[in-house]
Amino acid sequence: MSSRIYNCLSAIADVIEENKDFLTDLDREIGDADHGVNMARGFHAVKEKVPQDETDIGAVLKKTGMTLLSTVGGASGPLYGTAYMEAGKVLAGKTELTAEDFSAALQAAIAGIQKRGKAERGEKTMLDALIPACETFTAKTAEGASFTDALEAACAEANKGIEFTKTIRATKGRASYLGDRSIGHQDPGATSATLTLETILKFLKEN
Amino acid sequence: MKKLINEVDNVVTEMLDGMVAAYPQYVKRLPGLEVLVRAGGSEGKVALVSGGGSGHEPAHGGFVGKGMLDGAVAGAVFTSPTPDQVYEAIKAANGGKGVLLVIKNYTGDVMNFEMAADMAADEGIEVDKVIVADDVAVENSTWTTGRRGIAGTIFVHKLAGACAEAGGDLAAVKGVAEKVIANVRSMGMAVDACTVPAAGKPSFDLAEDEIEIGIGIHGEPGTHREKLTTVNEISDKLLEKILAEGIYNSGDEVAVMVNGMGGTPLMELFIANNHIKDVLAAKGIRIYKTLVGNYMTSLDMEGFSITLLKLDDELKPLLDAPADTPAFVQF
Repeated sequence: MSSRIYNCLSAIADVIEENKDFLTDLDREIGDADHGVNMARGFHAVKEKVPQDETDIGAVLKKTGMTLLSTVGGASGPLYGTAYMEAGKVLAGKTELTAEDFSAALQAAIAGIQKRGKAERGEKTMLDALIPACETFTAKTAEGASFTDALEAACAEANKGIEFTKTIRATKGRASYLGDRSIGHQDPGATSATLTLETILKFLKEN
Repeated sequence: MKKLINEVDNVVTEMLDGMVAAYPQYVKRLPGLEVLVRAGGSEGKVALVSGGGSGHEPAHGGFVGKGMLDGAVAGAVFTSPTPDQVYEAIKAANGGKGVLLVIKNYTGDVMNFEMAADMAADEGIEVDKVIVADDVAVENSTWTTGRRGIAGTIFVHKLAGACAEAGGDLAAVKGVAEKVIANVRSMGMAVDACTVPAAGKPSFDLAEDEIEIGIGIHGEPGTHREKLTTVNEISDKLLEKILAEGIYNSGDEVAVMVNGMGGTPLMELFIANNHIKDVLAAKGIRIYKTLVGNYMTSLDMEGFSITLLKLDDELKPLLDAPADTPAFVQF
């Protein structure tokens, strides 16, 4: 019997696989046309390498991060790898997730991405989806919203973040070489990050 | 997409095995890894390790051998290799005198190589790094990731490799690499895009009469598009931007590299060089050595880049020093 956290990661892997061509096409516009391909390769490995019956959420996320780090490559590998490993550290030993845990894990993941990528909000990266989503999730749960209601609001903010990335020029990563030509295109990393949050929401609603 | 491949997922591994089969006297592959190291090892000298995404052949595995690299890590096509692979390359190439990583300035490459350097340093291996950023097409400002590393990287391999081969210590080898980096500039263009096997379609679309100026080496679009003109006029534009750096002045001596992007006939590269020599002569810049060929390619992209390296009495002997590798032999 596979654990809940494994099933959730498996659902994320399936969504990444389904959106492989979409993410690669987004990257083709402003990058080097490999985001979907690389992420799909990494999450395929996650499904195979993460122990299905492990219930320690922190351990599973740490293994996920290490697997992504050694299979994705490019910039996404270290960034997503670091994000999952940092989230895993915060959740070490936990077998259930409260809203506070999720908020803390998301914050740790974001801090890890910022440190590794030396990036801030507003540079047309995944942070433009993740930071507003995290802020909204944390604020909504503080107001007493349920986990799923808060995550629903967070996903809406992440999608707004994707729209925001269309309006700005990239100053990090390969898209930055395009200068103003990157304006008008949505960031592939912000898109894959949003897909991840939406999949977690869908998983929680269905399970 | 028409390509001479088998399975898309196997292109890198089959290429590496094919290289080893062709050049067993130069390179061997680390079992189970996308890493080539010198067949005879690198004992007793500073080791140079480079690498990056695949698709730039002969870079980087083709430059593993005497007088140049000690190890090369091959990522997926146009995708930086992962830290564990780079770490294994560092460990295997290390000959006990330290390892210098030659990294091209891309967000992914820098992150993955730095993580690997941290892992190796934890194991007690002396590791240092240089970052090549020679592409003048990219604005070097706080608004970009910084300039890309492109064909000028080959000169770093050559000259720093010569220093290491001659017994230079890690600081000396790094010093040469940094001096080359400070004095090398490149710019490229494409008449047609390349097709990444896993993507299956060209990385950008150009009309029949359009060219892309300021391209990188990963099929990423360049800085702008123009109408196709003559190769002389195109070379003028690339050189103008390189010379505007103010590094190359009348009376200076330079090495020139006219580098094909993979799908360009050598005929066209020589035609370009025929004009480049005239432009430099008119500026009073003396050409000490010229390299024309496919050194840092971008799969099947049609186009070329021009690289200039300013030389002095320290760098000239390093450029002239012998090298014996699959893709660069000089006696």
